Amino acid sequence: MQIDETTPNAARSAASGDDRTLGALLAARGVSRRAFLKYSSYLASLLALPASMAPAMAASLAKAQRQSVIWLSFQECTGCTESLTRSLSPTLDDLIFDFISLDYHHTLQAASGHAAEEARMQAMEAHKGKYIVAVDGSVPVKDGGIYSTIAGMSNLDILEETTKDAFAVVAIGSCAAFGGLPLADPNPTGAVPVTELVTDKPVINIPGCPPIPEAMAAVLAHVLTFGILPELDSLGRPKSFYGESVHDRCYRRPFYDRGEFAESFDDEGAKKGWCLYKLGCKGPATSNACATVKWNGGTSFPIEAGHPCLGCSEPGFWDMGGFYRALSVPTGDVARIAAVAAGAGVVAGAAAGALHRATKSAARGKHHTVTVEELEEK
Amino acid sequence: MTAVDFLAFTRGPLFDVALIIFIAGLAIRFVEILVLGRRRDFSEPRRGGFGSGLRTMFSRTLPETGTMKRAPTTVVAGWVFHIGFLVTLLLFVPHIEMFQAVLGFGWPGLPTPIIDFAGILAMVAMVVVLINRLRNPVMRFLSGFGDYLPWLLTFLPLITGWLVFHRLLLPYPAMLGLHILSVELLMILFPFTKLMHTFTAFLARYYTGAAFGRKGVQS
Repeated sequence: MQIDETTPNAARSAASGDDRTLGALLAARGVSRRAFLKYSSYLASLLALPASMAPAMAASLAKAQRQSVIWLSFQECTGCTESLTRSLSPTLDDLIFDFISLDYHHTLQAASGHAAEEARMQAMEAHKGKYIVAVDGSVPVKDGGIYSTIAGMSNLDILEETTKDAFAVVAIGSCAAFGGLPLADPNPTGAVPVTELVTDKPVINIPGCPPIPEAMAAVLAHVLTFGILPELDSLGRPKSFYGESVHDRCYRRPFYDRGEFAESFDDEGAKKGWCLYKLGCKGPATSNACATVKWNGGTSFPIEAGHPCLGCSEPGFWDMGGFYRALSVPTGDVARIAAVAAGAGVVAGAAAGALHRATKSAARGKHHTVTVEELEEK
Repeated sequence: MTAVDFLAFTRGPLFDVALIIFIAGLAIRFVEILVLGRRRDFSEPRRGGFGSGLRTMFSRTLPETGTMKRAPTTVVAGWVFHIGFLVTLLLFVPHIEMFQAVLGFGWPGLPTPIIDFAGILAMVAMVVVLINRLRNPVMRFLSGFGDYLPWLLTFLPLITGWLVFHRLLLPYPAMLGLHILSVELLMILFPFTKLMHTFTAFLARYYTGAAFGRKGVQS
């Protein structure tokens, strides 16, 4: 393979059989030790590790060997890969991704067809029990999994085969983590999340549509540094990124508390940057780091751009009753239901009242005065 | 069923069912009472009953001095509860959004710290009246299931709502689902318990006030 400036980094590293440590790779790229320490501190703080861990993390990372990663793309849109690989400017996150040995990835690998599948088999053999499987996209299981196949194999079979000897599985994006769009009602392909299929290996969920690139980088750094997985919440998400709600960390939160809301997308409230709750913001129900880590190198996040949070890192966010309906609003046609119920209630109430009246007047009609003599006769 | 499915169920089909029972139940009970009417009064009225009836609807909201002296806890805690509860229910913006969806119109809300405070006041007052009821032998003797059930039905939405707002105990979607479920329980049982006094109290006061007015008696 001819390597030149246009060759993707991952392919370049793989082609050159690079077995240098991350420290050596960074030195070759001209990244100073100071910059690397700074980045390590950043990752450590993102992972909610104590500051004293940053130098240890830097030392471990510098000595770390290339980690084999097999990336499986199933029912997905490639948005997660786009998010993770196309940062606004080349950052140290990229270097982490360059550093991992991405042995199989549809979008990024140079090989295709049988050669690509061969690369997957080789990586599985060479790094048995040590490689990480990254999955983006959900897995269709209806009708024998025929709705998505690669090289003649169903996604289900590939997942089973590949995760058998893996160290850990990382479900990247909401489709892999929770089923996402393919699982949305009526789920025609019987899509399921990775956690439902992989039960004998640790699975880390990094949901989001797409997930925050730093979350992926930090989780990889954690595994490279400590050789163990970070602490996860009840939904299998790293607590350091998904431990707090978007609402609690939102810079528009004071407007919510003061009762100042945008009522439409172009009213005075929207222009003043007031809370977007009434426009359907799912921030209160969403655990993610968007409001703190932000996107595009810390530039902004959806709410800062004037759009309510869709709750994309939560299970079933497509079926949460509409993106633009406030969380507290019922999802049915309640105004009509209330009107019909009131009408029916009035009719039923009138009927019941009439019945009582009839019973009363019938009782009154049957009433006759009894004299003492009549009583004595009985 | 995941927490999100549970929330979707409580915001969707279950709310529709609860709303039908609540609205239809209210209408049935109210219209039934009105259709049943009052026994015709053949005596010559001293004054019209209408104005007196309307006035009594509100004047009886204020406690008599005798009642205040005999049962100050009931009066004070009762007032605190009712105000706290109504502020929490009617002036919290997410609640107003729900009313707007059902009624077609909304109104301005209050800042959340005030709602938080009102909710806590209402809960404390509810605990006070419950303890008072249990400690007083006469009240305890007079109380039955029909008195304790409405207390529980009212307390559950308050406590779950407070927990949702402060993000305590359970993840937000699960807690919000529980809060909505507790409200639905309240809505379903509302027309068939003493909770109906919310509306019938005013009807009863009107009837009394109107009857007193006809007789020329102060009510």
